[in-house]
Amino acid sequence: MIAEAGHFALILGLVIAFVQGTLPLFGASRNNYGLMALATSSAHAQFFAVSLSFLCLMYSFLISDFSVVNVALNSHTLKPLIYKITGVWGSHEGSMLLWVTILALFGIAVAIFGNNLPDTLKARVLAIQGLIGSAFIGFILLTSNPFNRLDPAPAQGNGLNPILQDPGLAFHPPFLYLGYVGFSVAFAFAVAALIEGRVDPPWARWVRPWTLAAWCSLTIGIALGSWWAYYELGWGGWWFWDPVENASFIPWLLGTALLHSAIVVEKRDALKSWTIFLAILTFSSALLGTFLVRSGILTSVHAFATDPERGIYILLLFVLITGGSLFLYAIRGSVLKGGGLFSPISREGALVLNNLLLTTSAAVVLLGTLYPLLLDAVGGGKVSVGPPFFNATFVPLMVPVLLCCAIAGMMTWKRADLLGVLQRLRFVALTAVIVTLVVMWLQGTRAILPAMALGVAAWLIIGSAVQIAERIGLFKISLINSLKRASGMPRAAWGMAIAHSALGIFVIGVTASSAWKIEMIQLMKPGEIILVDDYKITFLGTSNIKGPNYSGIQGQFEVNVGGDVISMLKPEKRRYKAERSETTEAAILTTLKGDLYGVLGEESGVGAWSTRFYFNPLVSWIWAGALLMAIGGLISLTDRRLRVGAPKLASKPISHAAK
Amino acid sequence: MPRNKVSFISLLPLGCLFALSILLGFYLWQLGSGQKSLEELPSALIDKPVPTFNLPPIVGEGVGLSEKDLGGRVSLVNVWASWCPPCRAEHKILMKIADTGVPIFGINYKDTPEAATRFLKNLGNPFRAVGADRTGQTAIDWGVYGYPETFVVNKSGRIKYRHVGPLTEDDLHNQILPLIRRLQ
Repeated sequence: MIAEAGHFALILGLVIAFVQGTLPLFGASRNNYGLMALATSSAHAQFFAVSLSFLCLMYSFLISDFSVVNVALNSHTLKPLIYKITGVWGSHEGSMLLWVTILALFGIAVAIFGNNLPDTLKARVLAIQGLIGSAFIGFILLTSNPFNRLDPAPAQGNGLNPILQDPGLAFHPPFLYLGYVGFSVAFAFAVAALIEGRVDPPWARWVRPWTLAAWCSLTIGIALGSWWAYYELGWGGWWFWDPVENASFIPWLLGTALLHSAIVVEKRDALKSWTIFLAILTFSSALLGTFLVRSGILTSVHAFATDPERGIYILLLFVLITGGSLFLYAIRGSVLKGGGLFSPISREGALVLNNLLLTTSAAVVLLGTLYPLLLDAVGGGKVSVGPPFFNATFVPLMVPVLLCCAIAGMMTWKRADLLGVLQRLRFVALTAVIVTLVVMWLQGTRAILPAMALGVAAWLIIGSAVQIAERIGLFKISLINSLKRASGMPRAAWGMAIAHSALGIFVIGVTASSAWKIEMIQLMKPGEIILVDDYKITFLGTSNIKGPNYSGIQGQFEVNVGGDVISMLKPEKRRYKAERSETTEAAILTTLKGDLYGVLGEESGVGAWSTRFYFNPLVSWIWAGALLMAIGGLISLTDRRLRVGAPKLASKPISHAAK
Repeated sequence: MPRNKVSFISLLPLGCLFALSILLGFYLWQLGSGQKSLEELPSALIDKPVPTFNLPPIVGEGVGLSEKDLGGRVSLVNVWASWCPPCRAEHKILMKIADTGVPIFGINYKDTPEAATRFLKNLGNPFRAVGADRTGQTAIDWGVYGYPETFVVNKSGRIKYRHVGPLTEDDLHNQILPLIRRLQ
């Protein structure tokens, strides 16, 4: 009954989304306010219908209703409650339903927070959202209905892929989708602007918070995924340039470029056509990512629930949405020319450079991801593109991006004094060089590349700090006045400084963990001792363990530093009975210096176990950096200029509430 | 309303999109109709003699592995790299095969001598001989698509089977070992 209710709610959602996608568009072209107002109310209605449908599926999972095919295939009565909930998006059908639910969520958010938008723009933006929504809800209903019934219902379900039964991965898809789908708002604004033929600074100001919110979510989503790969796959690595990872990284790179180019539109009324193009590309790359992951067209460690049959539908949606918008761009893009030429040595000049490098690197990652598959399609044979390609192409493109970060933040709009900026940065440059030299002195000349990378990180972090210090006049005026200035400084400036220095923290984590990683793989019998960095590790033995839906073996390792027992590492091998598969649970001791990472391998003969230990120096800085980047984005999101004009609750007549 | 001018440049992205989608669609159709598969060797190489190659060892100069090493007896060729996590995952299976006496030859793909040596030192060396394919050219000649990949070569030096991705216990007992027994 509940499953049918969910199915009907989704059909209702499709009808509403279609209304939202068509009538307001017509109304906007005829200046018919009644039809335009329909956009707002149907965005509300669509959200309620689609989220009701989502809740119905969640309910079926919660009560383990195995007469629903999707529940039977992906759940089990013994599964912990949290994974019954997150199992909703563990399958293709469920995750597509989550996709449209989040789309509807963004729809209602634009409807609520978009009160300050011109009527026609708001109607058109919501209409584009409605069209995307109806395409995807239609796709779910036609090819991947999560509410299909099974008769007779099995007594027990198949369980969820154990590798997905993990807190890190449970919340990875929602954040990722908030990012992917969030870019649909920027896309809708871009298409609406093309229809209206107008892009101006207010437009950029309206688009920016949505892009920022999507970008922050995507950053967190990718970081969660990478963190999960780090501790769950048991290989000690955190990024593998896997096609599916790349599929999420391309929208991130383009979204980052979009964030920066939108600032130029806002401040200088320039770069409009490019920004529109970028907004289209960003969302399109998210769609392409969905296609690559869902179609089974590539082999990957992360490709769950794939089906080539459905691939063709998603490809069709991709062509329709991207093709339609690019066509509109081709015939209307020339209308958007505006703003004056600007000097290459200026903040906008630096942002153009940032955009060029970021989009080029996105193109490089896309090429590396698609090349094997395109070559095979035209009969060119099978080739492989792996980390060597990406390290050789992506990293060199990122170095100038990082170097420019600190410089660009100090440049002024219109015409900057590069010499002056460099002069103000000379202490930062000096510190960076000193950091490089000290690292080389400590680690030897073979560490020249990591030493330089740490120098770049110092350049970023100290550069951002100097920027803030200059703005608040630290040490130049009294401390009280500096603090006053600091509190008066725009949040966007704080956000930028935090996000840029977070990039530096990220670079430190990446550099240290890859350059000075220690790896020990050996057979150990109980009682044996090995030394990893400063840690003395004693193998005490193994014991059998039992969890709610798995059984397994746990190894006990005592960790000793300078004669004191500081921790016990308990890596596990789990066997999930319902799913008939095994997972490795690494044991990780996180300290300020880095992670001690232990994995229990196979038992080989007479009581000896193969064990793996890694010491990954400063590896948690990678995720700390990513998180801080997202926090920087969120702080920027609270900037006054983005809040001004937002609906003020107090301005509504209070008498309504009293009635 | 301003006059719309459609320039060639603005049509370019649209053209790229369509070219890309047609290729992707074509590939998807090939996969769907079974003409191509992500796990199988292009039929051209099955039953053909192994491609000629001559690779140096991981450390130093000279000959590490060449097509002359293959043939004479049933052997396995495994393409691996120390940076490839699935290669680590399948390593214990390779050790088991090596224990049965079937010779395994390794092609070390785009690796550094230090990392490859450390990999073998730490995990154990299942290989009779290893050639270092630093440029990746030999892997292309073999039609390698993903890592790791494992080929079964018969007594006359012809490729009989190709496996893409890490070998599992299942693959070992249901595919590789029966095939080796048959070929012997």
